[in-house]
Amino acid sequence: MKEIITKNTERNFKSISSFKEILKGQLAGITLILIIMFVLLSLLTSTFLTSTNIFNILRAFSWIAISAYGECLVVITGGIDLSVGSVMAFSGLITAMIMNAGITVPVAVLAGVISGSLIGFFNGILVTKAKLPPFIATLGSLLIFRGLCSGLTGGWPVRDFPKVFSYLGQYDIPLFGIGIPVPLIFVVFLGIAMFFFLTHTIWGYRIFAVGGNETAAYLSGINTDRTKIMAYVICSTLTAIGGILMTSRLGVASPTAASGYELDVIAAAVVGGTSLAGGEGNILGVFIGAAIMQILRTGLVLVGVTAYWLQAIQGLIIIIAITLDQLRKKRI
Amino acid sequence: MRNLKKECLLKVEGVSKSFPGVQALSNVNFHLYSGEIVCLVGENGAGKTTLMKILSGAYKKDSGHIFVNGKEVEIENPHHAQKLGISIIYQEFNLTRNQSVAANIYSGREPIQKGIGKYFGFVDRKLMEENSQKLLERVSSKISPKSIVGKLSVAEQQTVEIVKALAVEAKIVIMDEPTATLGEKEVLTLFDTINSLKKQGIGIIFISHRLEEVFKISERIVVMRDGQLIGELKTSQATVEKVIQMMVGRSLTDFLHKIPAEIKDTVLEVRNLNRKGKVKNVNFILRSGEILGIAGLVGSGRSEIVRLLFGVDSKDDGEIFMGGKKLNIKSPKDAVRVGLAFVPEDRAFQGLVLKLSVVENIIMATLKSFSSFGWINKRKIKKISEKFVSRLSIRTPYLHQKVLHLSGGNQQKVVLAKWLISNPRVLIMDEPTRGIDIGAKSEIYALMNELAKNGVGIIMISSELPEVLGMSDRIMVVHEGEISAVLDRNEASQKLIMSYASGQGKEVV
Repeated sequence: MKEIITKNTERNFKSISSFKEILKGQLAGITLILIIMFVLLSLLTSTFLTSTNIFNILRAFSWIAISAYGECLVVITGGIDLSVGSVMAFSGLITAMIMNAGITVPVAVLAGVISGSLIGFFNGILVTKAKLPPFIATLGSLLIFRGLCSGLTGGWPVRDFPKVFSYLGQYDIPLFGIGIPVPLIFVVFLGIAMFFFLTHTIWGYRIFAVGGNETAAYLSGINTDRTKIMAYVICSTLTAIGGILMTSRLGVASPTAASGYELDVIAAAVVGGTSLAGGEGNILGVFIGAAIMQILRTGLVLVGVTAYWLQAIQGLIIIIAITLDQLRKKRI
Repeated sequence: MRNLKKECLLKVEGVSKSFPGVQALSNVNFHLYSGEIVCLVGENGAGKTTLMKILSGAYKKDSGHIFVNGKEVEIENPHHAQKLGISIIYQEFNLTRNQSVAANIYSGREPIQKGIGKYFGFVDRKLMEENSQKLLERVSSKISPKSIVGKLSVAEQQTVEIVKALAVEAKIVIMDEPTATLGEKEVLTLFDTINSLKKQGIGIIFISHRLEEVFKISERIVVMRDGQLIGELKTSQATVEKVIQMMVGRSLTDFLHKIPAEIKDTVLEVRNLNRKGKVKNVNFILRSGEILGIAGLVGSGRSEIVRLLFGVDSKDDGEIFMGGKKLNIKSPKDAVRVGLAFVPEDRAFQGLVLKLSVVENIIMATLKSFSSFGWINKRKIKKISEKFVSRLSIRTPYLHQKVLHLSGGNQQKVVLAKWLISNPRVLIMDEPTRGIDIGAKSEIYALMNELAKNGVGIIMISSELPEVLGMSDRIMVVHEGEISAVLDRNEASQKLIMSYASGQGKEVV
């Protein structure tokens, strides 16, 4: 017995994201799903495993993944952010409108990002100070900022951006003989940053504590309101970055852009193992979750499923993934 | 209807159950006759709850046999248990608070109207209320079937639970710590109810930590320890000492030691603390090295006083001084900063994040001091956790075990460790030993002695009078939000405390 104790206390302090533990559990499951999908699609189609296709997938999933990192934080605190789709469109639009007013690109991009942060702050205040349920608060924001997009543009898309701006979403950086899309670099760097933020900083720790048991966290001297506000701010800020990348990629800021993306973002977070009950989640899982959702979308089209059937199958996959996870938890 | 011949309602033979890493029950034999009240006692983790959960279908046994009315059964699920006539009343009631008493009693089995209403599934409210009334009368309760459950007192809600069991014609009623949340008078009413069930031939299994009650109500006492049935005694032949010895394998005097510490300067002074409807004009001081006990009935405002101190609720009025300096505490965060620490009464809901690990809980209040620029120094955290895990002998297989999987006593020690790291000047403890086994209790008492010796001022709220009397230097008795007496260790007695706590004052004694 004594031997067991000493051996085990020697383990390092690992947070929820301990690599080994994750591989044993939920992450192993979704990684397996990802690999199976990958292998199947490579065998079934000749077009799937081409670098063009792979990079198309990576590019298309990048804004969903970036936003889902943020969504993951909010969901861990026990909340939910439904406004991400609107934030993507709104921040892209703000950037576009400022650029078209003749102001330099960096300033416009920064303004777009900050507009996102402010929306997050607004959501956070509604949830913590006005004590609205997160679902209601962010549902309100979803409508408000979608409405502002149409209102500001009169419903017309904004286009004709400076050339520099299009690099963000369209340029491929040549590396080892292949072109790496810029958005993918954002996905990877922000992913790594968020991973360490969640597992190695006091702020990440507080997010888990608040989501795990808000009362206990509060009674331990944690400023629970501030922690939640921070989660919403980070979520909307990341989402705004995603929205700007998307706008650059598409070359147009449409007031209806990213409609319904909140569901893709939430799905990516949840398939990636973020528990809607709060207190559980990890960034690597979210990354894989977002990849699964995108490969599904592209892959189904490649195997010849018409776009009309897509949503039904997506929904089914989400339900299967979560059900499997519930079964796994029960077994333990 | 009344069958005076005693029949064996329930027989448990050689039942075992294990969970990963724990043998929760091994080879337990147990029986219950009709019209009998059996008390099941044992420390936390002794296996009482596991046994009850097997009987009520929440867990499945690994091996052994269960006979109900002489027939062997496999209890599949709670619904099945109910069909077999086994009802269990948990500490947390299974009542819907916003519905009427009658609706709760008939929850899931509502009678449907005759006539045309039948086709719409309309509930026959009248019949439901009439029947509920009859059942309530069977336990001589005066509760109206029409009252809303949320508006009833805890004791009344419990009666509703009992009547629910009657409504499904339970033959075996299991009560898990039914008196834990009741006042003295309410306990007597509960006992009347239990006795009336007994007269109707129902067999009752009563689980309690309060031994005095066990002696009052039961005919037979069954003692469990470490998942085994240690033995059973006829209540008429048992003594408290004997039962405790069977429970812990040790005797009473072994675990409550007060080592008087040197009492020095005042560390905390509270003047004229008020919160409307809860706390009235509370004044007291706490000195370094002193243990100040707060006694009073549940709901008397004991917890509210310390919640005001710690900034959980906001005070209407009043001043708090620490070391002569006036404090401005608006939230627990402020309180922690000035050196207060608070062990709340409910570990699971207020003290711990059950999903997080031992380490993550231990560092919750002091995280900032183990980080630089927000980056957590995991080596430091590991080191300090190891130190406190061994200092408080927290029994956990490894530091990253989720606290969810620890026993109650070890969970409580994690809460204590969290606050000890913060090096508090004043430690507030609300029911520090509730629901934990005697071994862990004695470790917590020893720790309190040690802290007092190091000059920490301790405020301890407790419902267990022997604990208050044993550990405190002074005892403050609270009645309806006011301090009704401050007693010195030497003059205090259970009787005196109870008379002040119930607002009778000294004359009555």
